[in-house]
Amino acid sequence: MMLDLLSYLAFFMTMALSYAIICLGLNVQWGQTGLFNVGVAGFVAVGAYTSALLTTPEVADRVGGFGMPTVVGWLGAALASGLVSLAVGALTIRLRADYLAIATFGFAVVVQLCALNLEGLTGGPFGIGFIPRPFAELAGQPLLFSLLNLGLMVVLVLGVYLALERLLASPWGRVLRAIREDETAAIALGKPAVRFRLQAFALGGAIMGLAGAAQGHFIGFIAPENYVPTLTFQVWAMLIVGGSGNNCGAILGAVVVWALWALSGMAISGVLPSGWQARAAALQIALIGVGLCLILVLRPRGLLGERRTVSRHLLRLPTAGSPIVKSPAGEAKDG
Amino acid sequence: MIAQAILDGLINGAVIGLGAVGVTLTYSILRFANFAHGELVSWGAYFAFLVNIALVSVFVGLGNPIAPFSFGWSLPISLVGAMLLAAALALLVDALLFGPLRRRNSAVIILVMASFGAALALRNLLEFIFTSAPLYFHSSLQIAMRFPGGVRATPDQLLAIGAGLVIAIVLHVFLTRTPTGRAMRAVAENPQLAGVAGIDVRRVIRTVWMLGAALAAVAGVFSGLLVQIRPQMGLDLLLPLFAASILGGIGSVPGAMLAGIIVGLGEAFAVRLVGAEWRSAVAFVVLVAVLLLRPQGLFGAGKGSRAS
Repeated sequence: MMLDLLSYLAFFMTMALSYAIICLGLNVQWGQTGLFNVGVAGFVAVGAYTSALLTTPEVADRVGGFGMPTVVGWLGAALASGLVSLAVGALTIRLRADYLAIATFGFAVVVQLCALNLEGLTGGPFGIGFIPRPFAELAGQPLLFSLLNLGLMVVLVLGVYLALERLLASPWGRVLRAIREDETAAIALGKPAVRFRLQAFALGGAIMGLAGAAQGHFIGFIAPENYVPTLTFQVWAMLIVGGSGNNCGAILGAVVVWALWALSGMAISGVLPSGWQARAAALQIALIGVGLCLILVLRPRGLLGERRTVSRHLLRLPTAGSPIVKSPAGEAKDG
Repeated sequence: MIAQAILDGLINGAVIGLGAVGVTLTYSILRFANFAHGELVSWGAYFAFLVNIALVSVFVGLGNPIAPFSFGWSLPISLVGAMLLAAALALLVDALLFGPLRRRNSAVIILVMASFGAALALRNLLEFIFTSAPLYFHSSLQIAMRFPGGVRATPDQLLAIGAGLVIAIVLHVFLTRTPTGRAMRAVAENPQLAGVAGIDVRRVIRTVWMLGAALAAVAGVFSGLLVQIRPQMGLDLLLPLFAASILGGIGSVPGAMLAGIIVGLGEAFAVRLVGAEWRSAVAFVVLVAVLLLRPQGLFGAGKGSRAS
């Protein structure tokens, strides 16, 4: 009993942390740069399918798999998602801020269509199975197996987190925030805003792809229905709850929202009669939508909010630095 | 064969155009891409469905079909009811959500995100109430009329094309010839200046919401009449609506209608040439083409740039 609970907790945390990686990717795009991506599910799917194609053993009825090592699959996933992000971004980043939202929305629709219909590549509605799971040789010992998987996911999250913290504290990260807060001033200082935005969008997309691959390998099976718009909404809820702009918040938000999601799912299906399961799922998503709106109206900075990034010398002055506190995550006017 | 594809495209395009006109109006005057517009389409259809049921159960005679159409007088009356109810819903969402964000001078993208949350809540509320099982305004099968060249269309479908054209023309005249229309265009140009010139900007915003929602309800009722009523119908229409309003040029009513028909024709030809499963990709292809070649749209005046 105790062991079962522990196994379940390890499983739960592994899933939550895989969402945390997607959330970190979205944080580069939205939290740091103010780019609104409505097609998160699409970029995650590209990563998951790329890695699955690269690493699964060869089968007769579709292209691949190529049976490559998992590491190659994950790197390929990040590269593929990064490249498609670059393409989608290049199309719209020069234009009105909300054209990117529309384009990413469309992108996710098309990825879903391709996953369903390009059966020779994606396996169609049945998806791809037999994705190699890390530590598969230990699958006989469930607890050890899930703990090792959890450990791997923790290492991955930590790696992405530390790399991002380093990168965002660097001059590159400062320019991103400068562009988000005041594009005109940043351009006047000679920073090519479009190029920086595009780099941030591609980096975020690559991280999402990596997360998709990790998730696919952890479950061992992927199908188009994993990458429906609900995934995008969940990740957004995680980032908003955690506080956009803050990497710790992104991870915390992922764990909190994933826990709330699991608990509310249990609670709703416990309260409603058994014939109402489909309705329960709809109600759950409706509540997430209401929650997203409530946070936007009542607590736009999220649970943790963004840390001040102005110089500590400026903080001694009573008024300096306040614009950054007042305007988290792209609250600055850019329209 | 080609004639049939063109007719199918026109029918489909009329519905997309009606929705896109609403998107383009809210986009140009409220200045954000409203991801919840599709939900106004679905809610409009469900409102009409409920009013229709209530009417027919009280006045049985209203359900008798008006020749040659498949529906009785109850449906046009329900349509009016649905337009009013959808307008009320849009005003309610604005009062609770977008109004407070506007007053705080939130960035465009915060409004877009809020509309995204609202869409999620509204769509799943429909699915919670009605489940995802499709509903129909009537259960009878309508016999298609035959035209020269082997083209077929039902009277309902032809009505959709006619209604789309009439509504687009009336709306264009309204926007260009009446004081309210001029006030709306002024706010679209420059809200501050319009306010200084004595235009009640808040009234204009209410008018835009009501107009957009009423048009969405019309699109929803026609979509429900010609296909079926589902909670996802608005979500499925959203990408074509955005593609059409950007292709037509944000703010242009004739542009949105024409672009809606172009997207509808594209979908009809894609269904014939590539296969029905790729239909939803057409709107994305149109969108990518417009953004690459002419981001301001067919009738737009350089408004596609980030600086505007």
